[in-house]
Amino acid sequence: MGLFAMPSLGADMEAGTLVEWLVQPGDTVKRGDIVAVVETQKGAIEIECFEEGTVKELKAELGQKLPVGAPLALIGAEGEAPREAAPPPVAEPPASPPSATAAEPPRAPGRTMPPAPAVAPVTPPGQVAASPAARIRAEELQLDLAEVKGTGPNGVILLGDIERAAPGAKGAPRPAQETAPPKTGSQIEEMRKAIAAAMTRSKQTIPHFYLSQTIDVQPAVDWLARRNADLPPDQRLLLGALFVRAATLAAARVGTSNGHFTDGVFRPADTVNPGIAIALRGGGLVAPALMDAAEMTLDETMAAMRDLVTRARAGRLRGSEMTAGTITVSSLGETGAEGMAGVIFPPQVALVGLGAPQIRPWVVDGAVEPRTVVTLTLSVDHRVSDARQAARYVAEFEDYISAPESL
Amino acid sequence: MKDDEIRAIFLNELVGVAPDIDPKTVSDDDHLQDDLGLDSMDVLNLVSALHKRLDLNIPEADYSQIATLKMAVGYISKHVG
Repeated sequence: MGLFAMPSLGADMEAGTLVEWLVQPGDTVKRGDIVAVVETQKGAIEIECFEEGTVKELKAELGQKLPVGAPLALIGAEGEAPREAAPPPVAEPPASPPSATAAEPPRAPGRTMPPAPAVAPVTPPGQVAASPAARIRAEELQLDLAEVKGTGPNGVILLGDIERAAPGAKGAPRPAQETAPPKTGSQIEEMRKAIAAAMTRSKQTIPHFYLSQTIDVQPAVDWLARRNADLPPDQRLLLGALFVRAATLAAARVGTSNGHFTDGVFRPADTVNPGIAIALRGGGLVAPALMDAAEMTLDETMAAMRDLVTRARAGRLRGSEMTAGTITVSSLGETGAEGMAGVIFPPQVALVGLGAPQIRPWVVDGAVEPRTVVTLTLSVDHRVSDARQAARYVAEFEDYISAPESL
Repeated sequence: MKDDEIRAIFLNELVGVAPDIDPKTVSDDDHLQDDLGLDSMDVLNLVSALHKRLDLNIPEADYSQIATLKMAVGYISKHVG
């Protein structure tokens, strides 16, 4: 019998508000299934289950603000005798357990989520951005999301917006209504607080040093233009995907750049999960992880980034993505400042800061010519690495981005 | 296709990519990136959406020709029958 507890979704998280159960007692769950949605300072996060078995009991009510570690549910291992008259495990995902919820207050219909695909489909353009909780509630109320005004980051529609928009919803006895409805701006304020806490802690505990190198990326830019010229938009790559790929491969080669520093010890990671810093429209920043990116092709990296950006902006990130990052890649985009020395996201030990590409006079084979260059600034935790290892990382990155066909 | 129709489609797809933008506040000469804050991923998603909606494949080299609402309407009207 396992206890499913409120997970920590980042170094700075102390508590989260349970806004949605996606399972009910009697449902079978697998590792990776999304079982609940928790509202945090960084928006609504889908929480995955880390064990297999049958949901025995839900121990937390919707709308409750719970500290990290608080029990949420009991999950029995497969084959364990069900307690009392719990419905038997069903092999196929049940639409809804029969009668299990009949006597309880109305909730979201219980359902077992299919395993998350490696690359989830991108939200089709035209679809309104809304938190999963809001989406389900809108469906229950048969409310058109397009007619609801969102108050979340980027105007994302939150559960509270749906409750307010619902015709005569005041009387609906729904536990989630105990949650204070988020107000315009307050979500952004909360996110600012979360960023402030994490970054202050980083600068107070991590002795940063920085190594910079301006890199000729003309070969990558030319290769990309040739490659994209004949492709429909869906298959095009962005320079940012090449950067993430090069940063990932370099991290795989320089173990001291990739992992976590916890309890006074550096623990190198087995996989490279680059956290991708994503600016949210309307303010704020998240850096969800691209899981096991070293095993992806360049095209897969691009598709996964596209998916991650879409979900970050719609407030549909998963809990594991918030904590599994092993190094952060922060890119200023295609226009703007030429360099940035970033703050490491604890408990990680390195951050790759990439300025916007600039056209500069550059010496190539003894002659000066205009080239597109990018300044990489590696922020490094001095408790883990010295300049020698950091320089190796920078050199590896430069080698990879100089030979884009090898990515 | 009439310009008004193209304009409505473009704004609709723009809001699909960036839901926080109120289409009523977008003026003809707002620059997608500098004024409306789209990044390269947003622009790619917008071009993808237009491709699906209008069966119009806008090559990367032409992105600068759809940088504002006015320019985009002109470009699309020229390339869609």
